[in-house]
Amino acid sequence: MRKTCLNEVYKLAQQDERVVFIGSDIGQGTLDNFKTEYPERFFMEGVSEAHLIGMMTGLAMCGKIPYMNTIATFITRRCYEQVLLDAGLHNQPIRIIGSGGGCVYAPLGPTHLAVEDIAIMRAIPNMTIFAPSDAEEMKKLMPATLDYDRPIYIRLAKGGDTVISRSSDSFEIGEPIYYKQGSDILFIGTGITSNIALEAAAILDEAGISAGVLHLHTLKPINQASLLETMSQYKAIVTLEEHSIIGGLGAIISEIIAENISIQPMKLAKLALPDQFQEEYGSQNTTMDAAGISVANAVAQAKIIMSNG
Amino acid sequence: MTNSTPVVLDKLSIQQRKTILEILKITGRGHIGSAFSLLEIVRILYDDVLSFNAKEPQWPDRDRFILSKGHGCLGLYLQLVRQGYFAEKELYKTSEQGAMLGGHPEYGRVPGVEASTGSLGHGLPIAVGIALAAKIDQKKYRTFVLVGDGECNEGSIWESALAASKHRLNNLTVIVDYNKFQCYGATADICNLEPLADKWRSFGFAVEEVNGHDIASIRSSFNRLPYSSDKPNVIIAHTVKGFGISELESNPAWHHKSRVPADEIQRLIRILESEHA
Repeated sequence: MRKTCLNEVYKLAQQDERVVFIGSDIGQGTLDNFKTEYPERFFMEGVSEAHLIGMMTGLAMCGKIPYMNTIATFITRRCYEQVLLDAGLHNQPIRIIGSGGGCVYAPLGPTHLAVEDIAIMRAIPNMTIFAPSDAEEMKKLMPATLDYDRPIYIRLAKGGDTVISRSSDSFEIGEPIYYKQGSDILFIGTGITSNIALEAAAILDEAGISAGVLHLHTLKPINQASLLETMSQYKAIVTLEEHSIIGGLGAIISEIIAENISIQPMKLAKLALPDQFQEEYGSQNTTMDAAGISVANAVAQAKIIMSNG
Repeated sequence: MTNSTPVVLDKLSIQQRKTILEILKITGRGHIGSAFSLLEIVRILYDDVLSFNAKEPQWPDRDRFILSKGHGCLGLYLQLVRQGYFAEKELYKTSEQGAMLGGHPEYGRVPGVEASTGSLGHGLPIAVGIALAAKIDQKKYRTFVLVGDGECNEGSIWESALAASKHRLNNLTVIVDYNKFQCYGATADICNLEPLADKWRSFGFAVEEVNGHDIASIRSSFNRLPYSSDKPNVIIAHTVKGFGISELESNPAWHHKSRVPADEIQRLIRILESEHA
């Protein structure tokens, strides 16, 4: 997904000279084609994220469209005030591409685990947050970023992620994608968890429970009317996210349920990471499994909800 | 060039200090010591250095000035009024409900303000981006940014200094308002910056030092820009916090003041006038 995303940045740079790329200190060879063809618009600037967000804001004020990539933790929480004040308050079109959103860096421990990024980015007025499901969706997403006039945070998954997006789906910022219609229970996912939702829904179908799957590639803004229309078809929802239980997808859906009497009563289960620092190393998958962000637990939670009438 | 250089304030400098006190009388609060420290610097910038058009604040080829130490904004607001960006009456509504002006300058709200500052360490990174954009576009406009000495405690200042040097931004000028005091007390005690000029030199800047209240010296320093063909510039302006009224000078109690009684303001205005009669 990262490779696709950065390749899309390169393509955007080919078509629009306002596009500049900024890295902090990322993998050798990253975007060599961009660097070779547009050296005046390629910047590898060192481990100085606070400065870089400000610099990007200054570039954007002068008409540039800066895309920046580094590890997600370092361009969200490390330089949070710069993202909030420089990018957010000035409402400049900078694009922050965070590698390893969620549990991708589980082997490297809590310093690298970006599991509160959605919560903190969401609190910034003017910010837009994308968490695409796969590389194919990324290809649709990136062109939409070019002329979008606000700051954007793009949460990258690990890469090699199962492709669930369909060629027939269009990409509209804020518009959920209804992957599977059901009638009993609705799974809502974002990023790679929409794939977990689809697998769980298929298992539930065989068990006689009709599960729908809704994918949110955009976590802010959200077309709430569209979301409510889908949610109103169900009486139970399970959210799945590779994020802390605080402030992410589950919280967003909780807020929407609480604020909209038309869809109440609604049962809700939230599959997310607990409110604690990572306690064990492991892979992305084992970390998510341990937290119950898994096909098995999604199925189990759905059955529990349904059996409780 | 140090603080000991005697400076006689001219009529405009006295008048601007008086206006700031009048604003304080009406609005009840402000960073008086900080504004008095940087008045001559920003005045010369707008009178003699910057290229701009107050009728077209977004003119693409304008020189940019960012007051990174946003708390000194009363000093900036006065210049923007003098140059015709907005009406003087706005000054006396500062921080009121619905007012255009606040206790820190805001981009998009105040004509002529190039960046929202107030949280320290933000103006220089933005200025580096603006200066870099000029280089990419081969534009001639220049970028000036005024930082405080307390602000130089922030790591982002030095991150940006590295970048400005790397990109040889000789179109960027940093002015350090070096009044030797920050909120709590003396910079030497809180987070010593010395040797400050050597620090900037070692970060790859061309450095000048100047008495930051001496109009002729400041103008002369600006006129010599750029100091190098391939280095960013820094002017270390030796200033006095609260300069112009002896009991305010180098007095941290006047870094920010609120709820100052009107008769106290009148007393200070009388002192200002008598000390510069």
